[in-house]
Amino acid sequence: MENVLEVKNIEKYYGNKSNLTKAIDNISFNVKKGEFVGIMGASGSGKSTLLNCISTIDRVTAGHIMVNGEDITKLKGNKLNKFRREELGFIFQDFNLLDTLTAYENIAIALTIQKVPAKEIDRRVQDIAEKLGIKDILKKYPYQVSGGQKQRIASARAIISNPQLVLADEPTGALDSKSARQLLENFELLNQKLNATILMVTHDAFTASYAKRILFIKDGKIFNEIVKGNDTRKQFFEEIIEVQTLLGGDLNDVI
Amino acid sequence: MITTLGFVSVFVAVVLGLLIVYANNFLINRRKKEFGIYMTLGMGRKQISKIILMETIFVGVISLAVGLIIGIFASQFMSILVAKMFEADMSEFQFVFSKDACVKTCIYFAVMYFAVIIFNTIAVSRYKLINLLNANKKNEQVKIKNPIVSILIFIIGASILGYAYWKVTADAQSLDRAEKIIPPIMMGIVSTVLIFWSLSGFILQIIQKNKKIYLKDTNMFVLRQMNNKINTNTVSMSVICLMLFMTISILSTSLALRNTMQKDLIDMTPVDVNLYKTANLPETYTQYGRTITTTKEQREDSKISIQETMINNKFDMDNLKDVVEIPLYATNEITMEKFFGDKIDEVKAKFAMLSYNTAEQIVKISDYNKIARLYGIQQYELEDDEFMVLCDFDNMEQIRNMALSDGKHKLTIAGKEYKSKYNECKEGFIVMSTNHTNTGIILVPDNCELKENEKERYLLAANFNANTDEEKEKIREMFESGDSCFVQSLNEKGIQLDGMTKISIIQSSTGLATIITFIAIYLGIIFLIASSAILALKQLTESSDNKQRYTILRKIGCDEKIINRSLFRQIGIFFGLPMVLAIIHSIFGIQFALETMAGLASKEDLLPSIVATVIIIGIIYGSYFLATYFGSKNIIKEK
Repeated sequence: MENVLEVKNIEKYYGNKSNLTKAIDNISFNVKKGEFVGIMGASGSGKSTLLNCISTIDRVTAGHIMVNGEDITKLKGNKLNKFRREELGFIFQDFNLLDTLTAYENIAIALTIQKVPAKEIDRRVQDIAEKLGIKDILKKYPYQVSGGQKQRIASARAIISNPQLVLADEPTGALDSKSARQLLENFELLNQKLNATILMVTHDAFTASYAKRILFIKDGKIFNEIVKGNDTRKQFFEEIIEVQTLLGGDLNDVI
Repeated sequence: MITTLGFVSVFVAVVLGLLIVYANNFLINRRKKEFGIYMTLGMGRKQISKIILMETIFVGVISLAVGLIIGIFASQFMSILVAKMFEADMSEFQFVFSKDACVKTCIYFAVMYFAVIIFNTIAVSRYKLINLLNANKKNEQVKIKNPIVSILIFIIGASILGYAYWKVTADAQSLDRAEKIIPPIMMGIVSTVLIFWSLSGFILQIIQKNKKIYLKDTNMFVLRQMNNKINTNTVSMSVICLMLFMTISILSTSLALRNTMQKDLIDMTPVDVNLYKTANLPETYTQYGRTITTTKEQREDSKISIQETMINNKFDMDNLKDVVEIPLYATNEITMEKFFGDKIDEVKAKFAMLSYNTAEQIVKISDYNKIARLYGIQQYELEDDEFMVLCDFDNMEQIRNMALSDGKHKLTIAGKEYKSKYNECKEGFIVMSTNHTNTGIILVPDNCELKENEKERYLLAANFNANTDEEKEKIREMFESGDSCFVQSLNEKGIQLDGMTKISIIQSSTGLATIITFIAIYLGIIFLIASSAILALKQLTESSDNKQRYTILRKIGCDEKIINRSLFRQIGIFFGLPMVLAIIHSIFGIQFALETMAGLASKEDLLPSIVATVIIIGIIYGSYFLATYFGSKNIIKEK
């Protein structure tokens, strides 16, 4: 299967001469179409920086990132906007919903920016809301709904434009365990039924266990990689815990 | 009047334009996160600029429309109010709806909003997506200033300011040319900036030393709030301080000016009419560089009294009562240079610009007393060998007193020596005016040998023989209307008879006072509102940051009372600091303004106008302060 994402030898430095931090130190990996990849690591390991670079929110210091064969580190201006608009979907830990817009409007705005015809927008919003179980709250404002619902609205917004790649940064970070489970089931559904390619950053083993492949990052480098294969989720979860123990020093993050 | 107001309006438009740009900048910065979300959804900078542009135009058009409608009605109300306030002749005011004003408003508005659009576009083009998304999380970096540097800068700032203050008050004499005021002004601005730059650090240092204050209540929190914000707000605090300074100075000096003018007016117009005529016209004389040849008729007329001239020109003397006419003398023996005698070098060194060749006006004491009796002002007596000087123009009085102060000053007229009766100038005047402008009249005894050909002028003072205002107005027209046969007759013969009526003096003076007061109130209040609005806006937009901090305070057990008190103090400090420095600036600025206006506004009239200024500022600034406090209190309240 073709690679949706190819990350080639990327590096990212922060700070100045006297105080240089290597947030990402020569990372390379590929993501195939329809994959659900988790990126795990302790806080400060560089996982969010990696995601920010892939999502063009931040720029790499060196290396290349190809999405569908196109080098996105070279993109600028309108091409960059078009890329974000059409190829990427974002899901953030703090939802990033516009509080002046209703749920419906928050989802629809991703399409209105793409100038999709009005009729189609309505159909697609209803459709995705149905799938994610948020049809009843479409008329509500973000402050009127729960955290889990907010994140599902954000997910709907991220995937409604059928992006090549959905990027999720700690999507369950602000959710209780029930809402988290519901959201992750939605992710599975998106991945399996809609064949969405998902790249998810998390430090939570349970959340990660929903992915099909997990990359572990430590000190800006890929430390390990495990694949779910035919394991059950429970087995995969235990495998994750094992690797985390190997990573060491991060027991707190396991719990 | 119209052109002055025009200039002032442009100035005000610039100030308000800057205010709008500044305010808009805040609001845009508060929306960073929103723009970040738009960008992750694939919106370009251009599109975001377009959104802001649309919003700006939308808000602009609505506010322009509403503003115009309110303005049309408010201006009617204003003209009535102004008319009532100053009893002015409103016929000269153009406050009815004018297309011109409307078009100008639209143009100013367009320019302001264009500036806003440009600034916004620049701001948006500078944004980085990662910073936009993290705008809320990222704390404003607290720049820690070296405490010693703070103290040093504060001392430097205070010293420069002190020097500037000294320059405009004690050393004001040295500022004899208009451009020399620029360095002290620049010093004032620079030192204001320096003081605000260092002030918070300086205060923090001092208060930290005093543990009793520092460790009481939430004082250290309030101090840190101030320290944290003032660091980044040096420029805006300075601008606000300077604007408040202008407000205070402009309002109080111009109100004082107006009060003095109105009071002077009553003192200075004791009779209905003054007429004067040049005596002893020569065959030719030069005036403003032109040689003027006089006719025989003119020369003959200049030898007779004003009353005779009036009768000769068909003026019915029954229209006047209490007529007093006196001659004024001038001789080359007594020029200003000779008046100062042996003190001349000292005076010239200090006041190089006086025209020392002008002959002084000399009046015989009994003549003066006739006028003084009519005017109801102080009469004087002189011995045969004495003279005295009347002068009520403050600056000139000071200069003349330099010569008179030793009590031994002497003048020689027609070979006879006269000594000064007093060691200073005395109050008095002979010609009506809008204010005290008598630069000096020398009174001599009646037996002083002044020749007929040394008569320089005749002066006539009289009241109108009329009881009602209408009758008085009719008599005034005989003097001042081109239709009157008296004026026409004088014009035919080329006889120049100058003069002024009480009615016209009061009209012109009230007009001037009105203009000054109006512009002052207009400017002062605009500056005041602009600075209060900036402060209020800053505080309110920052209250979301404050909210987090106050929530933490609440969590560690502060009760609402303490929280409200520290909020009150915090906002109070922000409103208070620029005001305090502005008041200190004003103490010196007002003194300088009074000095410069050369006695046009008297110091006695300052107090009521300062009280008025305090009330105006108290109401406007105070209500902005309270509104900000209650607004912020609402924002930090726990839901």
